[in-house]
Amino acid sequence: MKIVEDTAPVLTALDRPNSYIGRSVPRPNLARLTQGRAQYVSDVVLPRMAYVAFVRSPHAHAKIVSIDAAAAQQAPGVVAVVTGAELARIITPWVGVLTHLKGIKSAPQHAIAVDRACWVGEAVCAVIARTRAEAEDGCELVHVEYEELPAVTDPETALDASTPVIHPTLGDNLTFERSLSAGDPEKGFAEADATIETTFVFGRHTGVTNEPRAVVADWNPGEQRMTVYQGTQAPHMMQNLFAKHLGLAEHQVRVVTKDVGGSFGIKVHTYADEMATVALSKLLRRPIKFVADRIESFVTDIHARDHRVKARIGVKNDGTITAFEIDDLTGIGPYSVYPRTSGIEANQIVNLVGSPYTCMNYKARTRVVFQNKNVMCQYRAVGHPIAVAVTEGLVELAAAKIGMDPLELRRRNLFPDDSYPAQTAAGLKLEKLSHHEALAHLDAMVNYAGLRAEQERLRKQGIYRGLGFASFIEVTNPSAAFYGVGGAKISAQDGATVKLDAQGMISIHSGVTEQGQGAEAVLAQCVATSFGVPIERIRVVTGDTDNTPYGGGTWASRAAGIGGEAAWQAGKALRQNVLTVAGSILQAKPETLDIRNGLVVDQDGGNERISLEEVARIAYFRPDTLPSGIRAEFVATRHYVPRAWPFSFTNGIQASYLEVDTDSGFVKLLKHWCVEDCGTIINPQLVDEQVRGGVVQGIGAALFEQCVYDQRGQLLNGNMADYLVPMAVEMPDIEVGHVVSPTADSELGAKGAGEAGTAGAPGSVMNAINDALRPLGAASLTDMPFTPDKILRALGKV
Amino acid sequence: MKPAPFAYARAKSVEHAIELLAHPEARLLAGGQSLIATLNMRLSAPKLLIDLNGINGLSVIKASDGTVEIGALTRHCEAERSAEIAKYAPLIALAMPHIGHAAIRNRGTLGGSIAFADPAAELPACLVALGGEVEIAGGHGMRAVKADDFFKGLFETSLGSRDVLTSIRIPAATSGSRAGFAEFARRHGDYAMVGLAATAEANGRGLKNVRLAFFGVGDMPMRAKKAEAALGADDFDGAVSALGSDLDPRDDVQATAATKKHLAGVLLRRVAKQLLEPRA
Amino acid sequence: MSERVCDIALTVNGESVVETIEARQSLVDFLREKLSLTGSHVGCEHGVCGACTVRVEGVTVRGCLMLAAQCDGAKVDTIEGVSDSGEIADLQQAFEKRNALQCGFCTPGMLLTAQELLSSGAIPSREKIREHISGNYCRCTGYHAIVDAIEAVAQARAGSAR
Repeated sequence: MKIVEDTAPVLTALDRPNSYIGRSVPRPNLARLTQGRAQYVSDVVLPRMAYVAFVRSPHAHAKIVSIDAAAAQQAPGVVAVVTGAELARIITPWVGVLTHLKGIKSAPQHAIAVDRACWVGEAVCAVIARTRAEAEDGCELVHVEYEELPAVTDPETALDASTPVIHPTLGDNLTFERSLSAGDPEKGFAEADATIETTFVFGRHTGVTNEPRAVVADWNPGEQRMTVYQGTQAPHMMQNLFAKHLGLAEHQVRVVTKDVGGSFGIKVHTYADEMATVALSKLLRRPIKFVADRIESFVTDIHARDHRVKARIGVKNDGTITAFEIDDLTGIGPYSVYPRTSGIEANQIVNLVGSPYTCMNYKARTRVVFQNKNVMCQYRAVGHPIAVAVTEGLVELAAAKIGMDPLELRRRNLFPDDSYPAQTAAGLKLEKLSHHEALAHLDAMVNYAGLRAEQERLRKQGIYRGLGFASFIEVTNPSAAFYGVGGAKISAQDGATVKLDAQGMISIHSGVTEQGQGAEAVLAQCVATSFGVPIERIRVVTGDTDNTPYGGGTWASRAAGIGGEAAWQAGKALRQNVLTVAGSILQAKPETLDIRNGLVVDQDGGNERISLEEVARIAYFRPDTLPSGIRAEFVATRHYVPRAWPFSFTNGIQASYLEVDTDSGFVKLLKHWCVEDCGTIINPQLVDEQVRGGVVQGIGAALFEQCVYDQRGQLLNGNMADYLVPMAVEMPDIEVGHVVSPTADSELGAKGAGEAGTAGAPGSVMNAINDALRPLGAASLTDMPFTPDKILRALGKV
Repeated sequence: MKPAPFAYARAKSVEHAIELLAHPEARLLAGGQSLIATLNMRLSAPKLLIDLNGINGLSVIKASDGTVEIGALTRHCEAERSAEIAKYAPLIALAMPHIGHAAIRNRGTLGGSIAFADPAAELPACLVALGGEVEIAGGHGMRAVKADDFFKGLFETSLGSRDVLTSIRIPAATSGSRAGFAEFARRHGDYAMVGLAATAEANGRGLKNVRLAFFGVGDMPMRAKKAEAALGADDFDGAVSALGSDLDPRDDVQATAATKKHLAGVLLRRVAKQLLEPRA
Repeated sequence: MSERVCDIALTVNGESVVETIEARQSLVDFLREKLSLTGSHVGCEHGVCGACTVRVEGVTVRGCLMLAAQCDGAKVDTIEGVSDSGEIADLQQAFEKRNALQCGFCTPGMLLTAQELLSSGAIPSREKIREHISGNYCRCTGYHAIVDAIEAVAQARAGSAR
């Protein structure tokens, strides 16, 4: 494999000379990362900074009877020991509900538990010391007396009358329930020639970001300002929340996010221990640092994907899908996570099952129940991996049942490429997708006929390879329909400020954030193109609520499509401002001029007229030479929010080719493919790499990752040896292809691409395993992760 | 996770280490690849750590008189590169690439791995399969303990609180020696779900003196003696079914007992093939 | 020496360092906190993720599984030193060009590990590359780009060696 060359730009509809749109330029901010000179929150050190460690509940559910901190307070290096009750005087609790998830309910959650611990790992007391080691020593000396309470640890029985209710004021353990019926599902099933009914189970798992969660909070009593260094995806959201719960005004809070060692949604949520750290800084009037260690990460980072889905598909012999039905049950933690709620994942599943297909008969129900386990919330591709695995699993089971090729069955049911705008059974509005073109592209990429022939040949030798597919749509570029309408102060719009400095260099200040996906590069490419400078002239500032426009941050794959569009527009606006001044200097009409490659030139012919440095020099230092009435304002801010569509859906299709060792149950992944349509591609290499990284996270879900809890609510494998994240040897090479269907809701036409890999990978791997084992008469595998245990059982060998 | 506080001392010699072990809560530090992880998680909180790494003469590999002696402080990476081990202890050479990852092998030691006695580790099983022994220096002098007697229980060996494992000795392989090694691990370098280290001697077209040491199936390496006998009698199917009574694994987070037993059988067939191959 | 607190004298990135430390302080914490060399990262403290990989006496080790106290008299190299000396310039360039890093947290450990693999001069196969980096956890890239970058550097080095 060669390193991708930065090839000459293909003319795009955006029609700017020296356009960076569609070019695989290397990210400008990489040198500090490869030199080890980045600044992650875990690197931040401030004067008088102290470290906090937390005493954490060893019980899934227990009353906190008493906390004896006397010995801990005397321990070497300990500055303070603070309980939940003490901290509650500084910081108010929160409830993770939104109004647009009808009926969702949850109980108030405190920064440090007061009265009661509700999951193993919940913080019950804080010890602050000069070093983390001394804080941990102090924690060992805190004596907490607990009275154990019965724990709810089985979602299947969480709603039974005999099961204790975790929050008696709520009446039951139901967080959220939603039902949907579209078309005539009963008729659809009645008309089917074949019905497949099965249960899919998805193992609870977690993000395991390489850099654990970390926060440094710095309350300056002299300035009455709180500065929080946090690896958050949404600095403005956190600014609002810190202010709200500490009784401050938003402008008294600054959130700074520099380098982030991985997030994937883990660091977009509100964590009790991080809120506690911020509150402790205010209480103790000095900087406080919290870095979650790996053991506490496993029991406190949000978990995700703990779902059991009973599902049904009806299909005719001619391949027409007549109905889909699902009944989803998910067990979260004892609190709905704040502020995005723990109902969104289930809500997405209801929305997304069946969504690539024209079948309009769809029935769905989801129930979200509380448990005494770690909290659960949005993690990369929220809900999609489950909805796609269920849908695509049913589709391939149906194909096998009626003896039809699985790609052919898809062709007969996917929304035609010319059928847009369209609406799915669940009511999702689709602007323009390309399922068929993507499928055709994938067919060619994998050499489908060739692989099937190889598979057949090897089967005769007792070698069992499988090929599995997954078609999908993906939520990107969300409008306010996602969170804002529910009352959350989560911004759907975003802004960019672009400035030309006195030397003719450009800076961009953007409300979206960077966690490694290349948001900074994308922003630079947009402005370099719309304004007209070589990309080396651009510096990007993100992750600072004091220095960027108010924005939503990066999540739901919005940075390129929304943040990029705001930057694009700001670049255009700044170009106008500069050309107005340049025109007055040159005595030419601004519309006869352009900025290309850092120079002001004639539109026609491209003759160089004046350099940007010269224009800037005159504007900043010699405004006396400008005609009166000309005001040089070399800064422009533009905000953008999608308005035409609630979400900008993308589409794709993935394929997994693997071999199952039927003696051992081990799966060897041979290759993986993804064809992705994310609209205008700003940087092809970055999109491909988002897909690849996402695919491997999805493979982790399919084969390796599961948080294993026992009946008492103890996490049994919360460490890096027992919780299996994908490492290099077991992962395949991944080939990525593209179709381009731009959105008309922005000039750039870019949709999002960050989560597509994760959405389709688990389903395609599952389908490939079942494809491999089908000739052996093995029971279909629908319970992730697909461990050797489960495969051997399906084969009847254990 | 930071360790609980401890004092640190550098042993100048084996005798000095034994002296320092008089402290009631002392632990020996060799490679540290298992120990320090344990301390970081506060699963163990010794008050004194005795660093053996400065002791000279404990990392020599010597083959003589039909025996290979490997100093306890020999790093895994040294063993990996050793021509003596490749020639005279091929089983260890086969096991090496499965042990952790390169950075772990740069520090981890053979003696440390054997003394730590993780039930899913490769080297303890190799020692048992080789019919080797360990040399122990203690308060009352030196003694040798055979591999079959050394491993006593979960993380439990013959090493007493004032003992230092100084070397391992294994019978040097001859032209008729056979070695076989295989393990199932979910990811390369992980501790094994189930593994098998095996030695035998050629006996015409068959095998004799078969030694099968399974790991990951109990508290310590398990000899599958009925299976050994069956293999010695050319009965491969019999050997696999004998595992049913030879082995009694428990469920763990990675696999059920039933799966472990099944995988042990699969390993046995694969390793038996290796044993039947004449030495290259 | 039988104390909870030790004095150590060592060389870090070619610079003499003399410090007093707690015996229990890991090498990586010492580098990060005492010397402010924050390029080596802490990801797990179990020795599994490889983010703490540094070089001691010329070979890669897990900085979280060694005590600073053990490094008295030792020569330690971190990503900052190895970067400043230019030793891994081609690897860094290849990683940047191929986008073989996203968040960058695993990258210093990954680069040191890759450099150790390539220092033998051979051109490893993709399988061999994957095997050698199998102890370095990356959550962002899915490894494919990293393998590409290391493969390209191996080929380039072998090419220019001829």
